[in-house]
Amino acid sequence: MSDLIKDIQHNEDEFIINMGPQHPSTHGVLRLILKMKGEFIMDLIPDVGFLHRSLEKIAENRTYAQFMPFTDRVDYCASIPCNFAWAAAVEKLAEIEIPDRAQYLRVIMAELNRIASHLVWLGTMSLDLGAFTPFLYAFREREQILDMFEMTCGQRLTYNYMRIGGVSKDVPPKFYKRCKDFTVDFRKKVDDYEALLTYNPIFLTRTKNVAILPVDDALNYGASGPTIRASGHDWDLRKTHPYSSYDKFNFEIPTGKTGDVWDRYLVRIREMRICCDIIDQALEGLPEGPIMARVPKMFKPKPNEVYSRIEAPRGEMGYYIISDGTTKPYRVKIRTASFAHVQLMNYLCKGWKIADLVAIFGSLDIVLPEVDR
Amino acid sequence: MLELTGILQWVVSIVVGISESLGLPAIVSDIVLMLLTIVAIVVFLLIMCLFLVWWERKVSAHIQDRLGPMMAGWHGWYQTIADALKLLQKEDIIVKSADRKVHFWAPVIVFTVCLAAYAVIPFGKGLIASDVSIGLLYILAITSFTVIALLMAGWGSNNKYALLGGMRSAAQIVSYEVPLTLSVLGVVLMSGSLSMYHFVEVQTDCFWNWYIWPQLLGFFIYISAATAELNRTPFDLPEAEQELVAGFNIEYSGMKFAMFFLAEFLNMFTASAIATTLFLGGWQPPLPGLDFIPSYLWFIGKSLFLVFVIMWFKWTYPRLRVDHLMAFAWKILLPLAFVNIILTALGVYFF
Repeated sequence: MSDLIKDIQHNEDEFIINMGPQHPSTHGVLRLILKMKGEFIMDLIPDVGFLHRSLEKIAENRTYAQFMPFTDRVDYCASIPCNFAWAAAVEKLAEIEIPDRAQYLRVIMAELNRIASHLVWLGTMSLDLGAFTPFLYAFREREQILDMFEMTCGQRLTYNYMRIGGVSKDVPPKFYKRCKDFTVDFRKKVDDYEALLTYNPIFLTRTKNVAILPVDDALNYGASGPTIRASGHDWDLRKTHPYSSYDKFNFEIPTGKTGDVWDRYLVRIREMRICCDIIDQALEGLPEGPIMARVPKMFKPKPNEVYSRIEAPRGEMGYYIISDGTTKPYRVKIRTASFAHVQLMNYLCKGWKIADLVAIFGSLDIVLPEVDR
Repeated sequence: MLELTGILQWVVSIVVGISESLGLPAIVSDIVLMLLTIVAIVVFLLIMCLFLVWWERKVSAHIQDRLGPMMAGWHGWYQTIADALKLLQKEDIIVKSADRKVHFWAPVIVFTVCLAAYAVIPFGKGLIASDVSIGLLYILAITSFTVIALLMAGWGSNNKYALLGGMRSAAQIVSYEVPLTLSVLGVVLMSGSLSMYHFVEVQTDCFWNWYIWPQLLGFFIYISAATAELNRTPFDLPEAEQELVAGFNIEYSGMKFAMFFLAEFLNMFTASAIATTLFLGGWQPPLPGLDFIPSYLWFIGKSLFLVFVIMWFKWTYPRLRVDHLMAFAWKILLPLAFVNIILTALGVYFF
């Protein structure tokens, strides 16, 4: 623990600050060791691992279906995409075709969860910048989404909604109207958030041209999701490598220009509106039919290796599975976007002030269980 | 009618009568009267403090689409009293490496200073503890003490976050003191006095005579600079929760923390009371026909409105960064304050 602090060489006029693991704006249990010169950050070392639960090792001792509830815990802000990625990976491994209705339901739930996750990001980022009110507004709308999840699968945070071969439950009849009303209402709510933040002069000075991330460096650091789209790279797995039924929907991918904090903010705000578009189209075209493929309770995929990835709210989430022909995976590797983004912290924060650190951290939307797994 | 002047004269006559009948020197009755005044003001301010904390919670709650405290009494009216009692009972923790004396005196100074400012604030017609001829100067001087207390808190806690908070507050308050002082100079030029009571007396008859109209620029500079002096959002860098956890008061607990906390609210009321006195006609009613409402209620009402505006800032805006904060003080507020003074001086000279 303290070794990391001792390792840092510092001059007389510099000092070391230990930020976290308990700190209001490290969004969980990240520990940052900062070398400061007054208000300026000279160096930064992230210390991860406080939330490590060895999920990858647990996966080796569970059958493919049994591991599904564990994937909920990879990213508690967006459980459905984690479910989704695992289900998609196992289906690719076992070559299971899943019914259309299940595909559409997966997309609806994943997009709803993307909005919920972006709302948590919006709330915490504005809180980091000292604006309290958007936080409460964002969580007010998130409640409505959680209510919809609750009426579908009975859970509000860790849904365990997907199954290998489909989804666990069909949506109840009340869901359709509720969801349609929500998307109509939510677009106006996004206007409200934008009125509070987007062109607020204080917000602009805090975010515009702060911590610019050029595309080349973003690619080298393995950034993905809204972070890399804000830098101007048109990379969204929903569009570039369509999975599930995303190729059936018509939507655009928002990208930024400079890759500063403001662009990362704006890309996510615009993504929330686009999620509404996708949900509307999916509800419109929701086909009838079964929600589960016929999959045996215990199945033995052929010995094989697969990597399957989806576009989670924070970026690329992938599962690499090696199967040895038994009911349990031989090895599972989880690829999460937050882990790549934590590495960006040092690159982005150097030379900026401690007040910018929280803005940068907020704009990267790092969730700690995703980093540590 | 409902004015307190009659009661005051009655109290004075009783105290003086008793001391004369006992054959005591005049200084005794003076001291007794002074103590009574202090007790009255302190009691008023403590009640005001508790009210403001409750009010802040209600204002923030309603801005954020929630209800705020509702359980403790009608709309949670005794919530802050319960909170204050809880803080009183809490263990007072002093960190081992703290500078004990500095650590102890910081909250005491911060609280005393904000009480001391009320000596020259006219609460109503004839309601002023001591109408010194340099009242405004006294207030500006005594409120500058706050920075020493915050610096002491930051230094005495021996904590890096607290020190950063203390340094920030020193830089910030010293910078904003300059436009703050310059912004009130316009009023001084126009009234030709430094006495707080005199400011109110000249803004008489109608709201059109209030200094806010000729001194609109000065008023805005004052409110901006005062918000910065108070360490309130968007200028709350010294206690920026997301960056410095709690800033200078990170190592304080129990009643010492409560003193910082209550002092923040009292200072908010002080700043609003000064703005009311200087720009909004103090205890004068806005229209001549409205003087059936007692003067002190006008004063408190106007001050609370300004307090509400300052709270409104807090729950709407994000926080500034330290370099933007300095730039705002020196590059925007200060030149504007100079322009204001020059224009006012020309106006006073020609009209």
